[in-house]
Amino acid sequence: MSIELKNLYDDFRDAKTIKAYAKQIAIDAKKLGRPIGIMEVCGGHTHTIMKYGLPQLMPANVHFIHGPGCPVCIMPKERVDHAYTLAMQPDVILVTLGDMIRVPGSHGSLQDARAKGADVRFVYSPIDVLKIARENPDKKVIFFAIGFETTTPMTAALLESVIKNDIKNVLFYINHVTVPEVMTTLMIDGENRPVENKIDAFLGPSHVSVIAGSQIYEPFASVYKRPVVVSGFEPVDVMQSIHMILKQLIEGRSEVEVQYARAVEKGGNKKAQELTNKYFEKAPLFSWRGLGKVPKSSWQLKDEFSAYDAQKIYDSILSKEECQDHKLCRCGDILKGLATPPDCTIFGTLCKPSNPVGSCMVSSEGACSAYYKYGNIK
Amino acid sequence: MKIKNISLAHGNGGSESKELVEGLFYSVFGNKILNKSEDAALIENGKLAFTTDSFTVNPLSFAGGDIGKLAICGTCNDLAVMGAKPKYLSIAFMIEEGFSFDELKSIIKSMHDELEKNDAIIVCGDTKVVPKGNVDKLFINTTGIGEIYYSGISASNLKEGMSILISRDIGAHGAVVFAAREGMELSTELKSDCASLYPQVKSIVDGGVNIVAMRDATRGGIAAVLNEWANASGITIEIDESKISISQEVQGICELLGFEATALANEGTFVLAVPSEDAQKALAILRQTHESSAIIGSVNSTYKGKVVLKSSWGTQRFLDLPTGELLPRIC
Repeated sequence: MSIELKNLYDDFRDAKTIKAYAKQIAIDAKKLGRPIGIMEVCGGHTHTIMKYGLPQLMPANVHFIHGPGCPVCIMPKERVDHAYTLAMQPDVILVTLGDMIRVPGSHGSLQDARAKGADVRFVYSPIDVLKIARENPDKKVIFFAIGFETTTPMTAALLESVIKNDIKNVLFYINHVTVPEVMTTLMIDGENRPVENKIDAFLGPSHVSVIAGSQIYEPFASVYKRPVVVSGFEPVDVMQSIHMILKQLIEGRSEVEVQYARAVEKGGNKKAQELTNKYFEKAPLFSWRGLGKVPKSSWQLKDEFSAYDAQKIYDSILSKEECQDHKLCRCGDILKGLATPPDCTIFGTLCKPSNPVGSCMVSSEGACSAYYKYGNIK
Repeated sequence: MKIKNISLAHGNGGSESKELVEGLFYSVFGNKILNKSEDAALIENGKLAFTTDSFTVNPLSFAGGDIGKLAICGTCNDLAVMGAKPKYLSIAFMIEEGFSFDELKSIIKSMHDELEKNDAIIVCGDTKVVPKGNVDKLFINTTGIGEIYYSGISASNLKEGMSILISRDIGAHGAVVFAAREGMELSTELKSDCASLYPQVKSIVDGGVNIVAMRDATRGGIAAVLNEWANASGITIEIDESKISISQEVQGICELLGFEATALANEGTFVLAVPSEDAQKALAILRQTHESSAIIGSVNSTYKGKVVLKSSWGTQRFLDLPTGELLPRIC
């Protein structure tokens, strides 16, 4: 028996099921009777929520708070500048994933670098870098690696292939970050003091947990007493997860539950984790755009792989200066869940998808971009 | 915004293209005919339609067509959707040194076949051969003149209550070309929708349908066409998302890469606006060619200048003009 592609998503966009959950959520919300803020950590969820108009199905006391989980949005300007500098080097091909080529740095985006003659390419899968490297033996191919737990093992797999096949012209500029550490900064500050927020519960991204397991969220339930539901990305997934969160709140529980049981296990994908741990170690600090420096929230290549580390090899030409965002831009507050896009005075005026000022407008998964694109119809 | 360099986004048919065309070209060349910004210009007191298009597709040959077929369809379709019968075309080739003669012959053959479907002829042309690397294999420009046999089609005539139809399932050409591009190793049986629209348009006119607006949904997809209409007519176009037909193959490519089929290019698909009382008649004629044609929405005035997509569970969102280069999502 063959399965049709639509079987993979049709049921998860079923109008009847969505409406049934909306009804149940309204009943649950009434029982709770107080305002509830649910943070969807991941930009992919923000996109689902806005694209499918889910806020329109929520009762007045249930709000979505958009979180910091968009790998493009949180990339600090200086790192975009580094990629730009690398791309402009003679005989370099800079390769990255999708949206990243659009993010403006101090001198422009990678797209601008390309218009000025730099060889910038995007790939769907990091493994495609091998092909580019083989076809261009006289060029250095630098992979500008970005993303959370989901994309890190793919970069590790690429490095493993590069080493195995003795390919000499592939280097890595690593910007892989991790979810739990940055979520923690929304709960406590550097001195372990609680941070003011309106987050009553978390919607955890399922693809991160496919790799890292649902276990990574345990402290948020046990220590910070916030229910966490690891959710899929289709509208039925999100609606069911909201229902599960409200049920926990009504029953006074705070646990990690998995809605996306079709692929998430508590321990995650051990093989992918081993691959990551083989080549990477935690970097002491990563500067998150809008959120500041977060300890141990990113990966760097282990010392023994320095020969592949573009950050070390090109250290002398990479600027050490930190860049400030536009002073009216509120991406920082938006990424922390303290503001929504319409709270920003330049949203939709100075800052638009065709001319993004802040990073949340750049990526299709950024909150500002989603609000602009889908219209936030009430 | 001030443009510093031309980027690929300026050629995507979306908001950046608009910025370039209106900000520079219209501001310098602007006149009554050009400013109407229709698919083809109406000249000689509306007796003739006149249009031009350049073709640079990579790969030159794709499932369902090649650059030659595209070069004839593209220009003839721009005439056809203005209610014109395509008649005379010019053709200009920019050929890279070293290009295969056999490949050129096969491209010319597809042009010939497509001209026959339109009952149109090539009446003048030009050939340039440039040193290796100065163009990517082959660029073609075609310009066409058609005779208007149905007048009054315009993007700015949509009124409340009118119906919006689509001639078939959407996004096939864009999906095929993306799937065929280097680095995207997808195996698919999907074929481009690339086709001459004149015969189909003619049958709608002959069937007595009152056509208000008609446009082939090329770059920027149906999203670009609907937004242009909403903008030009100062109305809202409300689309019932579930009525838009998208083939499984196109939807699959969209799911994989994070695209929306509404923003993908088509080369043989058109959007039609008619008075509501003509909608069923138009649909019956469209269905003779494609079972997947449908009435997808209507015109109202809730959010002027905007296109609203309604989901089957009762929520709404805007369908925006596509922005930027189409890029696959990251995670």
